Amino acid sequence: MSELLDLYQEVILDHRKRPRNFHSMENADFQADGHNPLCGDRVTVFLKMHNGIIEDVSFQGEGCAISIASASLMTESLKGKSSQEAEGLFGKFHDLVTDESTHREEGLSLGKLGVLAGVKAFPMRVKCATLAWHTLHAALAHENKMATTE
Amino acid sequence: MTIANIAAEVPIASVPFEIERARADFPVLQQEVHGKPLVYLDNAATMQKPRQVTEAIDHYYRWDNANIHRAVHQLSERATQAYEAARNKVQHFINAARREEIVFVRGTTEAINLVAQSFGRSRLQAGDEILLSHMEHHSNIVPWQLLCEQTGAVLKVVPIDDTGELLLDEYERCLSPRTRLVAMVHASNVLGTINPAQKIIELAHARGIPVLLDGAQTVPHMPVDVQELDCDFYAFSAHKMVGPTGIGVLYGKREWLEAMPPYQGGGDMILSVSFDKTLYSDLPYKFEAGTPHIAGAIGLGVAIDYLETLGMENIAAYEQELLNYGTEVLAQVPGLRFIGTAQEKVGVLSFVLEGVHPHDIGTILDHEGIAIRTGHHCAQPVMERFNIPATARASLAFYNTKAEMDVLAAGIKRVGELLG
Repeated sequence: MSELLDLYQEVILDHRKRPRNFHSMENADFQADGHNPLCGDRVTVFLKMHNGIIEDVSFQGEGCAISIASASLMTESLKGKSSQEAEGLFGKFHDLVTDESTHREEGLSLGKLGVLAGVKAFPMRVKCATLAWHTLHAALAHENKMATTE
Repeated sequence: MTIANIAAEVPIASVPFEIERARADFPVLQQEVHGKPLVYLDNAATMQKPRQVTEAIDHYYRWDNANIHRAVHQLSERATQAYEAARNKVQHFINAARREEIVFVRGTTEAINLVAQSFGRSRLQAGDEILLSHMEHHSNIVPWQLLCEQTGAVLKVVPIDDTGELLLDEYERCLSPRTRLVAMVHASNVLGTINPAQKIIELAHARGIPVLLDGAQTVPHMPVDVQELDCDFYAFSAHKMVGPTGIGVLYGKREWLEAMPPYQGGGDMILSVSFDKTLYSDLPYKFEAGTPHIAGAIGLGVAIDYLETLGMENIAAYEQELLNYGTEVLAQVPGLRFIGTAQEKVGVLSFVLEGVHPHDIGTILDHEGIAIRTGHHCAQPVMERFNIPATARASLAFYNTKAEMDVLAAGIKRVGELLG
């Protein structure tokens, strides 16, 4: 049961109910669509860039508590970061939710994103947690094709 | 002792249907998951196996393992006898007129692909039509799309109503002079809807159109009589009927199967081979190229023995009672909405919970020891029809109980409390 409570922490439930930056963006510089074909979750990530820095970021879509909270927390953590820093953060986040050797302290270094560390105990849900991040990656790479967790 | 005799010698739960005794045959059901007794409600995906089935497979590999139809030694004779005995069991189980009409394949999916490629490719031309319904599993959509790409044929889809029932009037309207085949699910894996197969077949046959039924979700749950249905093809899988994975059946009327070219070429499907010409074997071997899943067929035979001992009528009646009870208790869960409310249903309870994604339901129920399925269930067009991304689905078997329905309802209420 503690694993379950770790997964569905207050912060996650809050972001699921009131996702931040949850809107489409007019005149976005980049945007990409993401899709998890196994569960049908869909997300679109919008980016506004200025001198290589993420000036604004938002998302829209539908999905489970984990995917919506992850997308919401992601948008909060990206503003002011360069593309490279954003990709680096994706790498760290991916380790947080997949890598057994990533410790809670390292999770803390990710700030609020650390609340998703509980996903590690639920390998089937890793795709939910990373969908928005894969989509961000596609947006930063200016890929037109749909990002997917498969 | 030969394998063919094993089923008769292994004690099986007696008639009339005794649920606790049947449950005792399934070791997997005796375990705890996350510290709670397992409540297995993902039977539409695959059913659990009784020890009689796993022991028969074990026995075959320990004592009788040999290739079939080829050698003259004792082991091969035993293996051949057991494999062919399984074919006879399938024939009687679905009341096929002849044993040659039973073709062993990997499962429902391969059975449909076989018909698409063998029957379809040799007969269909550009502009011909294949008629499906809006509630098909991907395995009864994609093989026909491949065929359409190869031949220029087109798919036509019969719509369904908001309860998940096929619109029969629309179906009749869709049958055209260009329709070459109707390929339809007998019971939907997402909605539970049992289609009016007899009517579907009558209407098609009145126009000379053959009908394939996907029986993956009916054969394990009710008596199926292919002669009474008068279907031309019938496809199903062993693993959904307490048998092993990797084995299934294509039933086909002899006249069709005889007229169809082989699906795959290889060993055991030939009479003679030279580099100039190959003569194909008789039915059903023409369609069974290569070494088949011998242990799987034997396991399927024992699965049929098991189901017949319980009695398909008994199973159907018990599962209906369980479905009614499950529907009643789940209907009381706040915010729950059923997807699939047809009059005639197999034991499938598909639902959505207001404001909660099915994946979250699945994870939380798992922690209560309850195994259900969440997602699109390989039937994305159904999701699109109901304008939802996914459902949560509890699917029933004869070894489930009313008490488990109560546990399920309590679990879903807990989901609401946690995420509502």
